[in-house]
Amino acid sequence: MNAPITRELTYSQAIQEALAQAMDADPTVFLMGEDIGVYGGAFQVTGDLVHRYGEDRVMDTPIAELGAAGVAVGAALAGCKPVFEFQFSDFSALALEQIVNQAAKIRFMLGGKISVPLVMRFPAGSGTGAAAQHSQSLEAWLAHVPGLKVVQPSTPYDVKGMLLAAIDDPDPVMVFEHKLLYKMKGDVPAEPYRVPIGKAIVRRAGTSISIVATSIMVHRALEAAEILSTEGIEAEVIDLRTLRPIDRETIIESVKKTGRLACVYEGVKTLGIGAEISAIVTESEAFDYLDAPILRLGGAEAPIPYNPVLEKAAVPQTDLVVARVRDLLQGRV
Amino acid sequence: MNMTARREADATNERPFYRQFQPEALKEALRRMYLIRRFEEGAEDSYMRGLIHGTMHLSIGQEASAVGSCMHLGKTDYITSTHRGHGHCIAKGADPKLMFAEFFGKEEGYCRGRGGSMHIADVESGNLGANGIVAGGIPIAVGAALAIKKQKRDDVAVSFFGDGASNEGAFHEALNMAAIWKLPVVFVCENNKYGMSVSTERSMAVEHVADRAAGYRMPGIIVDGNRIEDVSEAVMEATARARAGEGPSLIECKTYRIRGHSKSDRNRYRTKEEIEEWAAKDPIRHFELELIARRLLTESDVDTIRAAAEQEIAEAIDFARNGTDPSPDEVTRDVYTIGPWA
Repeated sequence: MNAPITRELTYSQAIQEALAQAMDADPTVFLMGEDIGVYGGAFQVTGDLVHRYGEDRVMDTPIAELGAAGVAVGAALAGCKPVFEFQFSDFSALALEQIVNQAAKIRFMLGGKISVPLVMRFPAGSGTGAAAQHSQSLEAWLAHVPGLKVVQPSTPYDVKGMLLAAIDDPDPVMVFEHKLLYKMKGDVPAEPYRVPIGKAIVRRAGTSISIVATSIMVHRALEAAEILSTEGIEAEVIDLRTLRPIDRETIIESVKKTGRLACVYEGVKTLGIGAEISAIVTESEAFDYLDAPILRLGGAEAPIPYNPVLEKAAVPQTDLVVARVRDLLQGRV
Repeated sequence: MNMTARREADATNERPFYRQFQPEALKEALRRMYLIRRFEEGAEDSYMRGLIHGTMHLSIGQEASAVGSCMHLGKTDYITSTHRGHGHCIAKGADPKLMFAEFFGKEEGYCRGRGGSMHIADVESGNLGANGIVAGGIPIAVGAALAIKKQKRDDVAVSFFGDGASNEGAFHEALNMAAIWKLPVVFVCENNKYGMSVSTERSMAVEHVADRAAGYRMPGIIVDGNRIEDVSEAVMEATARARAGEGPSLIECKTYRIRGHSKSDRNRYRTKEEIEEWAAKDPIRHFELELIARRLLTESDVDTIRAAAEQEIAEAIDFARNGTDPSPDEVTRDVYTIGPWA
């Protein structure tokens, strides 16, 4: 038997491969979104899929986020598995009615008589110079809604596996993809595989502090951890991967070991995922293990600015993570 | 008169509605109209007596559009409905017992008591649900129609909505997509003249909802929504067109809700005279008289149908009152399908 083939793919190639494999395996899976056909998607994620699968399965929609999201919900209720692409996650604000009032609640409101097997993809985050209406990180909004699942894969391997898991899932799964990750390369097995929804992963083991990060912040936290390591600080970096349902155990176990917690995320700091991670620790037995105040590094209390210096300043960067973790370890907080 | 001669006479003089449906189907339609009327009167009475809580939106006076539309639908055809959806649910074949159980918040209800009046659905009969969001069901019906087309089925989706919904963006986006993709969907607007308290004159730039069909290059048909024959014939044509792959249609049923918008309505925006004028055009009485004139029914048959509906509703209320209350331990039940958090 041949060994499983693994090769290097970009994050966006890994998504495209997951979409193709899902369509190969299940004729009810189809894609819809704005300019995902011959244009290949605003970020070239769907690429040439329309030529391989045809316009019926790679459907361009009009620019009508609310209506098209509703069409996806209806198709999901009637036996299809739509994978819906928002061109930018910001545009999902136009479709919140269908996501929040319909997709998330239909199963519950109908007493469990029907499920909504819908996947939505959200190109998210700042760093592209696209300014305030094309750069937001809105995942915490949707993670606040029971009935939805919300994932933020941070590597090519995870995005393929989590997208396939999302398409298998009978309930609506919202997949947030950071735009700066699309060109990131990593090892991806050629065969279909699943990465479970609801499980965080320890990306780097350490003893000094637990850094719980999401999406692109996982990579900044890992960079920061390497720098801190030269100073004798060994950070444990946890990639949360799923916001809802959140993996409490991995967070609690890590903090019990390290005695310190930092949360690093791009969404606006206040009322964001960091507050939830902090509360998980303070509400659990891990509270007794805390040796220092909890550190939250999140997005600024401002829209994402256009100016590149301001844009960088609006979200946590590696040097900020290094400086603030160092301060915490040295008791300067 | 010999049978051949009679059929010829029918073919030349009789309306398509009465030619299309057998007498039994016509009687069944009248029975369902009565069931809807009695269901809503029973719901209102239960509310007044404090047996059920929340609010409700009654469609008394609008029974013809619900029943007339659903006469053309089978179990595998879909409907999406509205906050004023009891009529659509019964017209599509739901059991009033299970509807009342839902109203009473019981486990035996269609939605295990989790949905209530505004979310009653009967998925098995193809009813994808009432909806608390105005226009929320319209794009969902278009999505169901897209699925039908993908699955190469012969079915249609019918979306019920009110005049108020036609001012929502979702309506316009949904009609546009249905038209460009030629989907098997029929948009049935029940124009009862008011979106809550605001009249169509004050809220719509066009006189008729059907005028909006032109913007999406589909037929826009106006019918007397209180005459079941008019509704049914328009829906017959629209469903045939949809099933033939010729795309969507918009049908506007001009009608009126005799009751207020909901239980908070104090009728400050309309006159008693207007309400009485419409009450005189009662769709049930109209249909009865048409059936009697055709000798398909006698007044005494009508009394029997009405009494049977009253009896069925009384039994349904008893069934619901004796239902099981959900356990507080199960508050998160059915939020998800699988997993430890399901």
